[in-house]
Amino acid sequence: MSQAVDTPPPPAATAPVEDPAELAARYGLSVSGARPTLAEYVGQLWQRRHFITAFATAKLTAQYSQAKLGQVWQVATPLLNAAVYYFIFGVLMGTKHNVPDYVPFLVTGVFVWTFTQSSIMAGTRAISGNLGLVRALHFPRAALPVSFALQQLQQLLFSMCALVVILLCFGVPPALSWFLVLPVLLLQFVFNTGVALVMARMGARTPDIAQLMPFLLRTWMYTSGVMWSIDKVLKNQHLPHVVHVLLAANPAAVYIDLMRFALIDSFHRGQLPPHVWAIAAGWALVAGVGGFIYFWKAEETYGRG
Amino acid sequence: MADTSGERIPTVIVDNVDIVYRVNGTGAGRGTATAALGRIIGGRKKAEARAGVRKVHAVKKVSFTAYKGEAIGLIGTNGSGKSTLLKAVAGLLPTENGRIFTHGQPSLLGVNAALMNDLTGERNVHLGGLAMGMSREEVRERYEDIVGFSGINEKGDFITLPMRTYSSGMAARLRFSIAAAKDHDVLLIDEALATGDRSFQKRSESRIRELRKEAGSVFLVSHNNKSIRDTCDRVLWLERGELRMDGPTDEVLKAYEAFTNPDGGGTEPKKARVAVSA
Repeated sequence: MSQAVDTPPPPAATAPVEDPAELAARYGLSVSGARPTLAEYVGQLWQRRHFITAFATAKLTAQYSQAKLGQVWQVATPLLNAAVYYFIFGVLMGTKHNVPDYVPFLVTGVFVWTFTQSSIMAGTRAISGNLGLVRALHFPRAALPVSFALQQLQQLLFSMCALVVILLCFGVPPALSWFLVLPVLLLQFVFNTGVALVMARMGARTPDIAQLMPFLLRTWMYTSGVMWSIDKVLKNQHLPHVVHVLLAANPAAVYIDLMRFALIDSFHRGQLPPHVWAIAAGWALVAGVGGFIYFWKAEETYGRG
Repeated sequence: MADTSGERIPTVIVDNVDIVYRVNGTGAGRGTATAALGRIIGGRKKAEARAGVRKVHAVKKVSFTAYKGEAIGLIGTNGSGKSTLLKAVAGLLPTENGRIFTHGQPSLLGVNAALMNDLTGERNVHLGGLAMGMSREEVRERYEDIVGFSGINEKGDFITLPMRTYSSGMAARLRFSIAAAKDHDVLLIDEALATGDRSFQKRSESRIRELRKEAGSVFLVSHNNKSIRDTCDRVLWLERGELRMDGPTDEVLKAYEAFTNPDGGGTEPKKARVAVSA
């Protein structure tokens, strides 16, 4: 016999037999874990802005904290990346003969592309890779992908320091147009964050996407003119008009070319597709707003096993 | 038991709640590329069956109402769904069926997941505070208290070292100190009392009592019947995801102890009549 058998049913703790929903409404209780409205959500996210920046900086700092050289790697890693691409595409394949200032051209492309690529990869794992955090603390989940995109922006700022040194070493004169870097970075950051939010939701539902993304991203990279000049390569090819339009409207290519236009004086306005600023702003707006709403729509489901 | 005279204000209403975990890749030999592709292409239901997604029904049809001023213990053998239920009350796990209504935002006492071992204790205090929703000013204000309470600096200037260099006890103390720095409406505690050495345990117990006074309701998950008896006036007993008993601490603990040590000639307790049917 067990004691449970003999124990009389305890005096029902819920004495008033009332519909729970009515009871909750009467005392102003709200559904736990319900999705807030879009406006509330934006407000919550804004309240957590210090957490977002602190989390991004913490991740960035933690990255190399075990290395002997420490934070030197923040600059050394992108430089080594650029060196590898220079060796393959500049020396072995000889792409540089078509492009003036090939090294600044290549390094700008690699850094700007890496920003988008890493933001998207980090976004894909933002929820699925941080389930512990999602299941332990209460905060608007968009804080995670936004924070990861911000971490990549900080990373890029380190890379830009290296880039300035490279530009000066290869004889690119400083110019007023360098200030155009700021709006380009802003637009690209908004675009990256939006895509990261979309990928975060997809990756939360299907973590397998994280395995697929490197291949998609590599394909995207080769069509974005990171290592070569799209218009020089396509000049003598007879491709359908639509291909030219698609290549020109590719957001990654747009941001890369705008950055080159801002920094490298031998990269002329003529090499940019028409309406380039409108395209850049349009992509940022579509990805940023669309991605945010898409992510918010599933807010209450993140963290399910 | 909270007294029944006068109006009792509910703080948490759990209404017929089911919680189901989905675990990927459990189908034998089916975690293949084709299955993964199928999941991206096909619909969720079909893909789940194909990819061998297993469902774990962690909490089954649980209902109860918690009132202001109550301290409620959650007991049950390992894997009975206590922590899961707590996370659902905190709004961190979605429910499959049923709803949970809460007064304000219940918060789980715990901040471990936000901390990073490669950062210094100092930065972790800031990061953890912000992660719990404190403002930068609040964190700065309470910084000294948190570090003082943790006692990390008693044996030297350890707060400026990375957390990975701490002993497990020191890390646990810092984590508890950060987590306990915030005031809560509804406080949920998951086995938080068993950290650190004896003197720190005493300090943390008294801090928990303080938090209880400030909070509207407290939920405590523990396997330590003594700490349940010391702190709670009502106990919920979960077994295999079902609410088996709900009542005053003494009654439920007595039944639970008989269940866990059936040495008094007790028969297999599986078939025992369920005191509170779900």
